Amino acid sequence: MKEGRVVKVAGPLVVASRLPNPKMYDLVKVGKDNLMGEIIELRGDRASIQVYEETSGIGPGDVVVTTGEPLSVELGPGLLTSIYDGVQRPLDVIREKYGNFISRGVEEPGLSRERKWSFQALLKVGDEVEPGDILGNVDETKVVKHRIMVPAGVAGKISRINEGEFGIEESIAVVRTQDGEVPVSMMQRWPVRKGRPYNNKKPPIEPLVTGQRIVDTFFPIIRGGTACVPGPFGSGKTVLQHAIAKWANSEIVVFVGCGERGNEMTDVLQEFPELLDPYSGEPLMLRTILIANTSNMPVAAREASVYTGITLAEYYRDMGYNVALQADSTSRWAEALREISGRLEEMPGEEGYPAYLGTRLAAFYERAGRVVCLGKDRREGSICAIGSVSPPGGDLSEPVTQATLRVVKVFWALEDRLAFARHFPAISWLNSYSLYLDEAEEYWGETIDSDYAPLREEAMAVLQREAELQEIVRLIGIEALSDNERLIMETAKSLREDFLQQNAFDNADAFTSLKKQFLMLKLIMKFHSLAAKELEKGKPVEELIGLPVQEAIAKAKFIPENELARFDSLEEEVAAQLAPQTSEVT
Amino acid sequence: MVKEYLTVREIVGPLIFMEGVEGAKYNELVELEFPDGSLGLGNVLEIEDDVVLLQSFESTSGLNIAETRVRFTGKSLELSVCRDILGRVFDGLGRPIDKGPRVIPEKKLDINGNPINPFARDYPTDFIQTGISAIDGLNPLVRGQKLPIFSGAGLPHNRIAAQIARQAGVLGETEEFAVVFATMGITFEEADFFIREFRTQAALERAVLFINLADDPAIERIATPRMALTAAEYLAYELDMQVLVLLIDMTYYCDALREISAARKEVPGRRGYPGYLYTDLASIYERAGRIKGVKGSITQIPVLSMPSDDKTHPIPDLTGYITEGQIILSRDLQRRGIYPPIDVLPSLSRLKEKGIGEGKTREDHSALSNQLFSAYARGKEARELSIILGEAALSEEDKLFVKFSDEFEDRFIKQGEYEERSIEETLSIGWDLLRILPRSELKRVKDEQISRYMEAGVSR
Repeated sequence: MKEGRVVKVAGPLVVASRLPNPKMYDLVKVGKDNLMGEIIELRGDRASIQVYEETSGIGPGDVVVTTGEPLSVELGPGLLTSIYDGVQRPLDVIREKYGNFISRGVEEPGLSRERKWSFQALLKVGDEVEPGDILGNVDETKVVKHRIMVPAGVAGKISRINEGEFGIEESIAVVRTQDGEVPVSMMQRWPVRKGRPYNNKKPPIEPLVTGQRIVDTFFPIIRGGTACVPGPFGSGKTVLQHAIAKWANSEIVVFVGCGERGNEMTDVLQEFPELLDPYSGEPLMLRTILIANTSNMPVAAREASVYTGITLAEYYRDMGYNVALQADSTSRWAEALREISGRLEEMPGEEGYPAYLGTRLAAFYERAGRVVCLGKDRREGSICAIGSVSPPGGDLSEPVTQATLRVVKVFWALEDRLAFARHFPAISWLNSYSLYLDEAEEYWGETIDSDYAPLREEAMAVLQREAELQEIVRLIGIEALSDNERLIMETAKSLREDFLQQNAFDNADAFTSLKKQFLMLKLIMKFHSLAAKELEKGKPVEELIGLPVQEAIAKAKFIPENELARFDSLEEEVAAQLAPQTSEVT
Repeated sequence: MVKEYLTVREIVGPLIFMEGVEGAKYNELVELEFPDGSLGLGNVLEIEDDVVLLQSFESTSGLNIAETRVRFTGKSLELSVCRDILGRVFDGLGRPIDKGPRVIPEKKLDINGNPINPFARDYPTDFIQTGISAIDGLNPLVRGQKLPIFSGAGLPHNRIAAQIARQAGVLGETEEFAVVFATMGITFEEADFFIREFRTQAALERAVLFINLADDPAIERIATPRMALTAAEYLAYELDMQVLVLLIDMTYYCDALREISAARKEVPGRRGYPGYLYTDLASIYERAGRIKGVKGSITQIPVLSMPSDDKTHPIPDLTGYITEGQIILSRDLQRRGIYPPIDVLPSLSRLKEKGIGEGKTREDHSALSNQLFSAYARGKEARELSIILGEAALSEEDKLFVKFSDEFEDRFIKQGEYEERSIEETLSIGWDLLRILPRSELKRVKDEQISRYMEAGVSR
C-alpha cells in the first residue's frame, strides 16, 4: 500500500504519517478529493505537506497517497497562449469543465492530449543525436516555431523519425541508445524546482528594447538580465510590467501573476489576443504564456507558481529563444514562503520571513541569464527576469526588497509622489539604476547613433541639476536662480514631461522605438544647447521660454513611427525660433 | 451524524483546546453548549491527532472546562439564502435580528466560497455614476471593482458611503440593483444611521444588512464580511443582480484577526498582525468582480479607518495592494469645510481607463481628468510655496494655478450630501475651471477638445 494517514491539519499545512518511502518535494494527493500537495519536511515517519488547495474538511485519518515524483510541468507544443494556475492546471479547460469557480481536487493535464500537431523533421534516420539536438519543428503559433528537442539523458542514433500529425504523447522518433531503443515524443516532463541544463552561461550583451523611454534610454535592461520594480501600491508596477510584456522585443513572454488581482489577469487575457506585436504584427498572445495564481487562490500554489513560470521560460530558452519572465509580485511569493514557514514553526528571520528568503530569491533570479543551449548547434537563448516587489508602506528597507536588490542588476524605483502627479511611468530618475549601461551604450553606438550615449549623459546631468535647484527654489524662490539655471529648470521640465512621461494607454505613445527615443532626446537637448548659446550672447531667458516650438516638442511623442522624418523639420524649427537673426546672417 | 464531546481541556481567550476528538475536520463548524444551556458557534482551527483547537465566535465568558459540551456538525459555517433575504437585517453570523419571519432557505452556502477562475472573469468596464464629482470625474468606479475608502476617526466616511449607496442605485433602467451592507465593530449610532438612511430612502427592500456592533463578540467579525459576500454572490450570480457591497469598518475586522493570531501565539508580522493578513484580506476583496456570461456583478466599497491617518499602517497598506485603487479622505479639506473631503491626488481608480471614454462617459473624460490632476497638483505645490515665501514670490503663472486649485476644491470637489451630479455636469465644471489657466499650459488635452468643450461656450 502506498498510503499514509493525515495526523495534523493547520491551514495549508498537513502532516501525514506512515507514508511509504516519502522523499522531499514529492507530490502527494491528500484526502478523498485528491488535493495536490508537496512534501516539504520529513521527521521520522511524519511528513509535512504543503497543500495547493483549500484544506477545509480534511481531518486526521484521511488518506494520503504519494506519487513518488516531484512537482513537474509538462513541456511541449500547446504551452503558448495558455493560461495556467500555479501548478500548471489549464484554467480555460477547468472553466469549461467545472464552471466559473475553482472547486477543489480538479485534475487536468497542462497540455491537451487531443490536439494534433504537425511535426516537420529536420534530422533523418542514422543521424547521431545528443540531448538538446533539434529533431524537428512544430508551428506552435503563427509566430513561434516550437523546436522538438532530444530530451535529457537520451543520446544515440536515430533509428526512426516520422513526419505528420501527432498527439503530444505519440512517438515521433526512436533513438537507439546504449541501453536500447528509446521512443521520443513531443512532450517532456521536468521538475519545477530544478533548473533545466545548458552548456554554459555567458554574460548578456544585447539590450531588451521595451519601448518605454525611461527604461530604454535611462535605465536599460538586457536580454538575459534581471530587474526589479519596487514601489508602493498605486505607483504603477503592474502597468509597467504589462507595458514591458506588451512591447518588449522578447520572442516569448511568460507572465506570472503571483498573488495579485484577478481583474489584472483578466485585463491581460482580454487585451493580449487583440493587441498586435509591433515586431511581428500578430496578436501578442501568440507568444505569451500566462500563469495566474491570484491572491485568493491557495497560498501554497502561489509559492510554486514562480518556479512553474521559470521552468516554462527555460524550456523556450533551450530552443534558442529570448524569453522575458515577469513575476508580479515576488513579495506575494515571499509572503507565501513566510506563511508556510510559520505553519512549520520554523525560527523566523527578519519580519517573520524565513531565514532562507535571500537564498531562495537569489536562486530564482540566477535561473535567468544568457546561455549556450544543449545541442550540437550551440545555439544561444536567454531569460530576462523582471520581478515586481511590493514593499509594505513603500519602505524599501524591508527584507524582500533588500534581498532582491542584492541579486538584480536593474532597479526601477517607483515613487508614489510621481504617481500622484500622474507622472507615468512613475520611475524615479534619481534613485533608479541600471548596471547594464555599458552594454546598452555599445549597442546604441552600433545600431542607432554614436551621439546617443553622450546625449543621455547630458540629459541625466540636467535632471540631477534640477533636483538641486529645486531645493533652492523651495527655499528662496525662483528669482534666486541665474538665467542659466532657469534654462536648466526649463529643459528638465521638458525632459520630464515630454520625454520621461509616457502614456501606456495612448496608441501612439505606448511604444517608442529606440530610433525615435534618440530623436526625441536629441530634439530636447538641441533646444537646450541652442538656448544656452543664445543666453551667452546676452539674450534674456524670458525670450527663450514659452516659444511656440516648445509646444511642438511636447507633441513630438505623438509622431508616428513611420513619420520620423518630421523630426528633421522640428529641429530646423527649433533653430529658427531660438535664433531667428542668425539664420538671416548665415 | 453529530458527535458531542465533553472533553474541553483549556480555554484561552476565544480559543478552546479539546482532547479525545475523533473525526474532526479542518474548518468544521462546532456548536458550543454553555453550562447554563445557552448555545454558541465556533470552528476548528487546527487538529493534531485527537487534539482539536477551536475558536469560539461568541464570548467565552461562562464557559467552563467540566461542563461545556461541544458538538461537531460535520459541515462548515453556512448561510441560508433565498430571494427573501432582501430587506432583512441579520447579525454578524447571519441570524435575523429584525424580528421578521424565519428565512426559509432555498439553499445553504459555505461562507468561504470558492475563488473565481481568473479565466472566467470579465474585465470591469461599465461606469457607475455615483453623482459625486471627485469620484466620477477623477477616480471613477466601475462595475465589478473593489474601491475602498481610506478614512480616519472623525471623517465623514459613513455619510459618503451612504451617499454612494443611495445614488449609485440608478445604474441601468432594466437592471436589478441590490446593496449588501456589513458592519464590523462599529457603534450602534453609526449602524443606526445607516439603517435609518436605508429606511427613509425606501431602499431597505433592495438591501441586505449584516450588523456586528462594537459590543458584539470580536471573533464574530471574522465571519461577518464572508456572510455578506456569500449573500452578494447569491444575488449577483444566481439572481442576476448588480450588487454593491459596503464593508464597514475593515480595521476592526483585522483587529479581530490579530486577536486570534495572538491567542494562538503565532509569529506576528508588522504591528502584531498575522503574516497571512494579506492572503486573508484578499480572500474577502477578491470576491468582487464580474463573470463572463453572467449578468450580475459584485462591486465592493470597503471602508477602513487608518489609525492616526497613517497610510502605511498594515491595514490600509495591504488593502491598497489588493483593491483596485482607493479613495482617500483628507482632514485638511474637512477642516476647511469641504464635503466630501476627498483628497483626489493620492486617490486612484485603477480601472478607470477602460470604464470611461467614448460610449461610456464621454470622449474627453480621460484627458480632462489627467489635465485636472496635473493642474491641481501644480496649484497645490505653488500654494505650499506661497505659504513659505509669501504670495509675492510666485510667478504670474503660479498664481493662476493657485487660483485654479482653490476654485477646484470649492466648485469641483465640494458638493452637497444630497446633490447628485450627472457625469456631464461634472465634466463641464472641469472644463469651466480650466479657463482659469493659460491655454499653453493645457498639455494633457487635445486642441480639438479645447475648442469643442471649453471654447465653444459650454453652458454653465
